[in-house]
Amino acid sequence: MYSDPAPDRRLVACPDCDLLLRLPVLEDGASARCPRCDYELWRRRAGSRARCLPLALAAAVLYVLANAVPMLGLEAVGHRASTTVVGGALELWADGRELVAVLVLFTAVVAPALQIGLMLAILVGSRRAPAPRWVGTLLRHHPAAVLWSMIEVMMLGVLVALIKIADYATVVPGPALWMLAVLVVLLATMQSLFDPREVWARVGWAADGATDAAAPDTAEARP
Amino acid sequence: MAAGLQRCEGCGLVSRPPAHAPEPRCPRCDTALEFRKPDSLQRTVAYLVAAAICYVPANLLPVLTTRTAAGESSDTILEGVVLLWSPTGWPLSLIVLFASIMIPSAKIVALGYLVLSVRRGWAQSPAQRTRLYRMVGFIGRWSMVDVFVDTFTAALVQLQPLMSVEPAVGLVFFAAVVVLTMLAVESFDPRLIWDAAGANEVRHA
Repeated sequence: MYSDPAPDRRLVACPDCDLLLRLPVLEDGASARCPRCDYELWRRRAGSRARCLPLALAAAVLYVLANAVPMLGLEAVGHRASTTVVGGALELWADGRELVAVLVLFTAVVAPALQIGLMLAILVGSRRAPAPRWVGTLLRHHPAAVLWSMIEVMMLGVLVALIKIADYATVVPGPALWMLAVLVVLLATMQSLFDPREVWARVGWAADGATDAAAPDTAEARP
Repeated sequence: MAAGLQRCEGCGLVSRPPAHAPEPRCPRCDTALEFRKPDSLQRTVAYLVAAAICYVPANLLPVLTTRTAAGESSDTILEGVVLLWSPTGWPLSLIVLFASIMIPSAKIVALGYLVLSVRRGWAQSPAQRTRLYRMVGFIGRWSMVDVFVDTFTAALVQLQPLMSVEPAVGLVFFAAVVVLTMLAVESFDPRLIWDAAGANEVRHA
């Protein structure tokens, strides 16, 4: 059974301490914090969808390239070896550590792809208001993809491995390593520019025909 | 006044469910509305206990096996930290020490403390405990570092017949600790800290 919309669309409850608050009118880039537990309730980023789209597209291209070319190479006494991110995980699988291989594949390959793919779908799907409801469904699951996407952690791991291996052999950084480094910066910038509230305000409601079109923060988000 | 209003976990919309709705749903995104994460403490404790059990073999069993012409040697996480320690390598050694040994144990202790504080109904300093919870969530993902280090070390060092490195069974337990502690953080509901402190009593009236 559906509930009634709140009497006031600027009403929020702090996700960390449940304090009920009314969001102030914010200038672009300003943020509202919970006065009780200091949670950042909202940072207004005007036009965040338009600014995130080129970043998400660039991230998608870099992601594909970075997974297609070698990331690390090794040279020792006439031997040469190189590996990609996926290749590293497959080697784990071949060595009988299937569970760890699945975890590495998930956090370094699948979750980043979901993070970028969901963001692209959300941005494209919300071009027209009211946006279809599937945009809301994807937006709801996007934070989980971000949580498990660990490219920056992998970069640190690769650097440590590089230096460890340098004791036995010559390590050659592959082109994918540099692409991944840029991808880490791109994804961090994209996440910090993204304002999910702006998208939620455009999503069509599940309850019959209701939309958020007349809500105060929608009117404010669209000049 | 605040009673009866519910925040949607999916989209954040605050709405007022009809008085006798058996299963209220969010009118915007159709997520089932809950006052708190269901069975939060039980699930957090279950993940924590499982993580604590895996933490022992993760630290005692070797994570990497190195085969050379001279023979075979296996290193645990701590031995890996010691091996990395050199005039140039000590910052990396510290990174692995923090990420693989200190962060997972600190996470288990901190979350255990938070669960205990809620169970006992402690009223003091809820804001500090909420900040501790946020910090645990923020640093937690970095304990995956050693899993990536060992993966790429083993994948790359295949110089048969001279030398090869293979992942050992300790790595499986260590990866389990990382995943279980992340799930424990996700299951814990920080609003319970404020309920225990009596700060949200109006909401349940």
